[in-house]
Amino acid sequence: MTTITLGAAINAGLRRAMNEDPRVLVMGEDVGRLGGVFRVTAGLREEFGAERVVDTPLAESGIVGTAIGLALRGYRPVCEIQFDGFIYPAFDQIVSQLAKTRARSGGAVTLPVVIRVPFGGGIGAVEHHSESNEALFAHTAGLRVVACADPADAAGLIRRAVACDDPVLFYEPKRRYWDKGEVDITMDLGDLPAMDRARVVRQGTDCTLVAYGPTVRTALEASAAAQEDGVSVQVLDLRSLSPLDVDTLYRCAKATGRMVVVHEASTFLGMGAEIAAAVTEECFHALKCPVLRVGAYNMPYPPSRVEEEFLPDVNRVLDVVDRALGY
Amino acid sequence: MSEKAAADPSGAEVRDLRRIEPVVAPPHGAALRFVMPDGRLTPQGEAAGVDLGLARLLFRDMALARRFDAEALALARQGELGLWLMSLGQEAAQVGSIRALRPDDHVFPSYREHAAALARGLGPAELLRQWRGLAHAGWNPATHRFHFYSLVLGTQALHATGYAMGVLRDGADEIVMTYFGDGASSQGDVNEALNWAATTGAPVLFFCQNNHWAISTPAAQQSRTALHQRAAGFGLDSYLVDGNDVLAVHAVTSQAAARVRDTRMPAFIEAETYRMAGHSTSDDPGRYRADGEVERWRLRDPITRLEILLKAAGVGASFFTEVEREADALAAATRRACLSLPDPELADLFGTVYTERHGLLDREAAEYAEYVAQSLSEVPA
Ligand SMILES: Cc1ncc(C[n+]2csc(CCOP(=O)(O)OP(=O)(O)O)c2C)c(N)n1
Repeated sequence: MTTITLGAAINAGLRRAMNEDPRVLVMGEDVGRLGGVFRVTAGLREEFGAERVVDTPLAESGIVGTAIGLALRGYRPVCEIQFDGFIYPAFDQIVSQLAKTRARSGGAVTLPVVIRVPFGGGIGAVEHHSESNEALFAHTAGLRVVACADPADAAGLIRRAVACDDPVLFYEPKRRYWDKGEVDITMDLGDLPAMDRARVVRQGTDCTLVAYGPTVRTALEASAAAQEDGVSVQVLDLRSLSPLDVDTLYRCAKATGRMVVVHEASTFLGMGAEIAAAVTEECFHALKCPVLRVGAYNMPYPPSRVEEEFLPDVNRVLDVVDRALGY
Repeated sequence: MSEKAAADPSGAEVRDLRRIEPVVAPPHGAALRFVMPDGRLTPQGEAAGVDLGLARLLFRDMALARRFDAEALALARQGELGLWLMSLGQEAAQVGSIRALRPDDHVFPSYREHAAALARGLGPAELLRQWRGLAHAGWNPATHRFHFYSLVLGTQALHATGYAMGVLRDGADEIVMTYFGDGASSQGDVNEALNWAATTGAPVLFFCQNNHWAISTPAAQQSRTALHQRAAGFGLDSYLVDGNDVLAVHAVTSQAAARVRDTRMPAFIEAETYRMAGHSTSDDPGRYRADGEVERWRLRDPITRLEILLKAAGVGASFFTEVEREADALAAATRRACLSLPDPELADLFGTVYTERHGLLDREAAEYAEYVAQSLSEVPA
């Protein structure tokens, strides 16, 4: 066990994956010499060489398109998209090619490509550097979409993602990159938690907060605050956004009877909308109130001066938990 | 030429048909240069002659831009800006090119064109608003015929092309200029724009500032051929200029602009310049840039060489003191403008998303207002 940051945990997971499988490549803008703008790939080029840690030309469509070609040739590329808002030039390659190839080929062709995306706001960044576009990809059949929330889980989740034979969008909460936690990088791949299972990160009986990525910590803090007022709030870290671990969601909803979903993305057609619909359909009689959502308003991510008001924080989460309890 | 090549009666060389040769890329041009780094004129510079009035104007623009950039950098270091992308070293490329346009020629910049923007008449408040996190766009593009900054690399090249197609349809004689970097030139959008402009005959002048770096990636890793050669391959009139020689940049842009205006065909200028600072205030160029590289380029500083030339031509000390005084005033105005910019209100943003409000936004705006009112009432007195 070592205590390291979330960014360092992903780095350690990548290093382990590259050691375990020589076909694993890392590619993206500035991932080599610089080690990525968030230093998540720092030191990998020195250790594995420029052949396996590739500074690409500046073109996201090219990064994903060539990763598909490399995967067809038997490699396992891990692409970095520098910031969430710069994934769109690659949208066609991801949605029309990467996602569909397996189904198109009747299962004959698999594309084990990982696309790492630092996402979300809260770091005072300029436009296009704070987006939460996970639902666009979760909506696309054929892609797996996961989000890590803390160092301990991130190190294993990235290894699971690299080992997965399906394409995986791997979302990293950039404002949590510097959060520290204990990480065990020696675990065998097979002993790591499965990639597509949610996990309860805090027990509670009155209400379930569902979160992923950056809002897991927000939800944990909200739960701790609620505890002081005598309210017991369970926190569920989704981890996998697609496929969605509905079994665990149903179990939690039935146990507490109240569910609030928290994410940075717009509530309109966001992950919360799907969760609310699925849980309502399956657990209607066990619910004491509607499934409620805390998320962004239906507008582009605002200038950073107002992002604190825009992002769901502990107070807004508690406000909605209160509403859930008031039904 | 291969040994098998033989002369035919028409005088043209005939290749050995048994050997199939690939098509050759257009030749690498020599960069146009009028003023050498030590301030002396090249033979081309001698032939062109120096318009001292113009040279003084360009010097002033560059000196003011450099001072503005330094003040913005200081503001960023002091936490008053969230981020700053320095224009240090690229003043000649920007000032020389924008001053060669007519004021009604529309410009689509990238995000580092502060020197061009100032020369177009934009003020410090407009230029800093975005970097202080107050807005996503600092100004109205119509005011100075200067589009707002684009942070998505290369996207503006297509917008410039489309705008130029509109100009063409309108039968107007404006041209459109767009700036982008060596890194952005790898984007599909830029290559599509070059092709589009060439095939539609759109009056666009593509101005590529090759500052040798895209964050940590050297230009040589973006493109195997020089960028002006690539543009020539797309069928554009293409030029290479010493981007740190403001007189040469001005001359080549004037000529290219006139040609675009007359022929209604696009053109491309590659200006060789250098990003003397880091990529931004979040960057650490020490991680990837070789020692000594910046020093070598400092010897090719665009402002120094023009200063030497002006002094040698007899421009007196009073001119330089006056520019210095103006730069001091601009720096002070920049700081004042930055610190007095008003903060935005989230509540105001709900109305900016669509031309007409709709039910969902109205409900969300009301919910937000209620939440704010409630949190305020909960604050202990
Ligand atoms: C589509 C897109 N991908 C990635 C980025 C992140 N990014 C910002 S600037 C930059 C380098 C740009 O280099 P260049 O085009 O040469 O311009 P310079 O910054 O040197 O002026 C990168 C990779 C971006 N802004 N947009």
